[in-house]
Amino acid sequence: MNEIIALIFIVVGITFDMFGCIGLVRMPDIYNRLQASTKCVTLGTCGILFGVLIKFGFTAAGVKAFICIIFLLLTAPVSAHALARATHRSGVKLWGKSVCDKYEEDKDALS
Amino acid sequence: MRFVRWLLGFVFLAGIIIIIFAYLRIEPQAKLMLYLLISFLLSLFRVLKGPTPADRAIATDIFGILVIGFCGILAVYTGRDWYMDIAIAWALQSFIGALALAKFIEGKSFDE
Repeated sequence: MNEIIALIFIVVGITFDMFGCIGLVRMPDIYNRLQASTKCVTLGTCGILFGVLIKFGFTAAGVKAFICIIFLLLTAPVSAHALARATHRSGVKLWGKSVCDKYEEDKDALS
Repeated sequence: MRFVRWLLGFVFLAGIIIIIFAYLRIEPQAKLMLYLLISFLLSLFRVLKGPTPADRAIATDIFGILVIGFCGILAVYTGRDWYMDIAIAWALQSFIGALALAKFIEGKSFDE
């Protein structure tokens, strides 16, 4: 029973990884690509590691997977935000059909 | 023309997925690893093609995340513990690398 639940979590994680990478290729703009591909961290890879935790239980490998889940949940949004901010500051324009750009409007007020 | 490109890509991806699911006679875990390898290839395509340097930085970040998941699947498939050590080390290294690449793209030095 444990193995079946673990396999279900791993299959869901791999599906979300594939969808995130298809979005990384498919989307037209760098910000859209970032938004699509960062989704494959939290539900994709953390789903796979949660399946590993269920499969092994609270042994050495399972606890290591749990630590890795917590570390990824803490650091992946930080790195994504840093990359998006650096991209915007280095002067990459938005896609032509984007609606609004609040960071550009607030830049004068901030600096 | 745009629709034709969309259709070609869709048929290519769906064909590969259906061939792996239905026609290859290998174990189910090996099929899961092949699906993950397809996403590796997609992110490598973005690394090679991406118009701006920031695209390549994002694609390498996602590549590191995929390697962590691949180590998890290998740990389940082979039943060995030390693949999770590789996963934790790769997570640390990927985070530091992404922050350094963000600093580099922004055009500042590292102690600023």
